Amino acid sequence: MRALEPWVEAPLQAFLDESSARLTLLMTSSGQVVAQHGFSRSLDVMTAAALGAGIGASTEELARLMGSPRFGALVHHGSRQSCLLSGFSTPRGKWLGLVVFGPETSVGIVQLFFDQMVEQLAAAAPRDQPVAPALPENFEHELDASLKALFGR
Amino acid sequence: MTDTQLALDRVTRVSGVRGALIASAGDGLVVAEQLMDGVDGRAAAALAGSLVGRLVRTAEGAGRRPPAFVQLRAERGSILAAPCPHDLVLIAVVGPDANVGLARLEMLDAASRLN
Repeated sequence: MRALEPWVEAPLQAFLDESSARLTLLMTSSGQVVAQHGFSRSLDVMTAAALGAGIGASTEELARLMGSPRFGALVHHGSRQSCLLSGFSTPRGKWLGLVVFGPETSVGIVQLFFDQMVEQLAAAAPRDQPVAPALPENFEHELDASLKALFGR
Repeated sequence: MTDTQLALDRVTRVSGVRGALIASAGDGLVVAEQLMDGVDGRAAAALAGSLVGRLVRTAEGAGRRPPAFVQLRAERGSILAAPCPHDLVLIAVVGPDANVGLARLEMLDAASRLN
């Protein structure tokens, strides 16, 4: 597990320990990666983050059309592995969580501990730092730096 | 009254039972519930569903029949679970003073009727 900001590590590690998730990606709603677990290639992280952010934006718009503020979570059930995508608010802005899990756990367990992680993140987030803009001017440089930090190279 | 409501009604009438729910064992999601305030049905469904699923797989791995009833006893009460047809599990959250014997009988009977 790797996180760009140290205060994310403990809540994410607790979630990973309890949920048995295979892959986890925490990102901002614009697809900037905050933390990852289980990914071995930066290309996979970039692809998953871009797709996750796109799906998040699409479902949010669908929810708006249906008169709902937002969907709680989107779950794709597969025969060998499943995927949960959930948006949540933090003091650092709106984030998305993408979790891939297998039959060794259940969607109920993953959702339960994901919600606990969201509460822990909200409590742990530093409030004295300004929230970064969704797409800063130096986005490409930041993305490159983030991926280097997340993969240790 | 539906079969699920009837099953929950029978279990929650037993003295000391703080709530009952039917969960999908594979998913750990709540199907129906009758719970007192303060009982987290979602957590009970997820954790008890997972526990029952693992116990069933353990029994099968050991060449034994799956458990018909599970009691997880704690300091301040118990979680009771009875696997049902269609990958469902009937779960009861009971206090330390509950009539567990009667709750067990009601749960086994209710579970057998959930078809």
